[in-house]
Amino acid sequence: MIYREKVSVISNTALTDDIYDLKIKTENIANDVVPGQFINLYCNDSSRLLPRPISVCEVNGDEVRLVYRVVGEGTKEFSLLKAGDGLYATGPVGNGYDVEYLNKDFKRAVLFGGGAGIPPMVELAKRLTIKTDVFLGYRDVLFLNEDFPENVNVYIATENGSTGIKGNVMDAFKATGVEPDLICACGPMPMLKAINAFSSENGIKTYFSLEERMACGIGACLGCVCKTKNTDEHSKVDNARVCVDGPVFDSEEVIL
Amino acid sequence: MSTIDLSVEIAGVKWKNPVTVASGTFGSGMEFADLMDLNVLGAVTTKGVASKPWKGNDTIRVVETASGMLNSIGLQNPGIDTFIDRDIPFLEKYDTVKIVNVVGKTIEEYVDVIKALNSQPVDMYEINISCPNVKEGGIAFGQDPRAAADVTKAVKEASEKPVIMKLSPNVTSITEMAKAVEEAGADALSLINTLAGMKIDINRRVFTLANKTGGLSGPAIKPVALRMVYEAAHAVDIPVIGMGGIASAEDAVEFIMAGATAVSVGTANFNNPQVTVEIVDGIREYLEKNGVGSVKELVGII
Repeated sequence: MIYREKVSVISNTALTDDIYDLKIKTENIANDVVPGQFINLYCNDSSRLLPRPISVCEVNGDEVRLVYRVVGEGTKEFSLLKAGDGLYATGPVGNGYDVEYLNKDFKRAVLFGGGAGIPPMVELAKRLTIKTDVFLGYRDVLFLNEDFPENVNVYIATENGSTGIKGNVMDAFKATGVEPDLICACGPMPMLKAINAFSSENGIKTYFSLEERMACGIGACLGCVCKTKNTDEHSKVDNARVCVDGPVFDSEEVIL
Repeated sequence: MSTIDLSVEIAGVKWKNPVTVASGTFGSGMEFADLMDLNVLGAVTTKGVASKPWKGNDTIRVVETASGMLNSIGLQNPGIDTFIDRDIPFLEKYDTVKIVNVVGKTIEEYVDVIKALNSQPVDMYEINISCPNVKEGGIAFGQDPRAAADVTKAVKEASEKPVIMKLSPNVTSITEMAKAVEEAGADALSLINTLAGMKIDINRRVFTLANKTGGLSGPAIKPVALRMVYEAAHAVDIPVIGMGGIASAEDAVEFIMAGATAVSVGTANFNNPQVTVEIVDGIREYLEKNGVGSVKELVGII
């Protein structure tokens, strides 16, 4: 069930130059959130019509934590929000991860997060009860790397080598020799493609959180589709809606 | 409040109020049903449906622009068989007029969809001859008065229900198009579809939309839409459903005063999935405040 409600800002702070940490208080949205889902935030400036889909980083009671990158005018507006401000939201949206199934059917998970794809991995890591390693990729400045639960190992890769391994998350992963039977990944497309090549070669169950430009954000407009290997049950063609059929897809189902 | 009459009649079909949704912005209503009561709507206008599934265009398909957005979905739809099995039973649960938007690449394809729908519990057809995002069909019929008339005639001959022809603003003369489809037998008109537009991503140095161009919608196009609805409504004797950037009751009343018997709300549904409820309430409040007993009294008063 997707709710529309006016949410209030608890806090909104900068983690880096362009990454912000927004905590909102919700009436209903927080209750139903599962990791991997997102919330649509609507600008208060009515000339910006479309909602901005932002993945859920953490949920605590009626509070939702959204960590987002400022990329345009809409997210710039969000970056100026202050405690007590209100804005409209719809959510939670999307399938999210079936954590119960993952905990039951798998023994060792590796989570990959690249840049703005890191936030959804925090709540996922909190809910996984199986042995979990997390690989985070950054350009240079770190964020959220200290927000993962204590029982997971966090490995870092930076493009300039300022922290952790110089290179990308696959370089960091391969250096550890960890052998997962489950991979969950969110991040830029080149990263997802590299992970896809590795996991299909090694037969590892892999889920991707995909991103696409959205309009309605609730499954009606067919703006945000991704290509699927087989005919999708809803669309009857070889594509699926990222917003409500995803954003989490089995790597076997989609063409990146 | 109970004395206010919001009902309108279009081609013999009575709507409880003059508000519907613009095709393609609302699916068949399923995704909105959690967020609003579909029974509030005068009519539901569905996403365009073809005789077979259409896969639509590549992504990126949508991008926001100033007070508007561009889309080039490319009329992706699951085809008429799935629509009849899944969408119509869903819509049947609601007390609202059901308008099915019909798309085709050839006249025969439009006719095939109409024939499949004639025995179904739907009330009206809206024929899309105005989508700017598909090469065949759509706009190919919507920019030439003779081609538009040919589609209208063929559809009317096959149809057992009233036919609304949806017109494109991407024409030299909207009145010529309006008259052409009226003469060919259209029962009503709806306009405007989106305006052809473009956006460029200067960092990647590419067109933002995979299809290069897309249809502009939202408040940015409202003055253009209002002018065209006014012109078309004054050129024909059949009812007009006005749309293009409507986001409030005030916008809706403007279109009604310009000559629209009913209005469609499109892109505004993306900004607020409950906006149609607010618009229906707002029209009622306007009538009450101004001592107008029936919304029909406002149609074309300007």
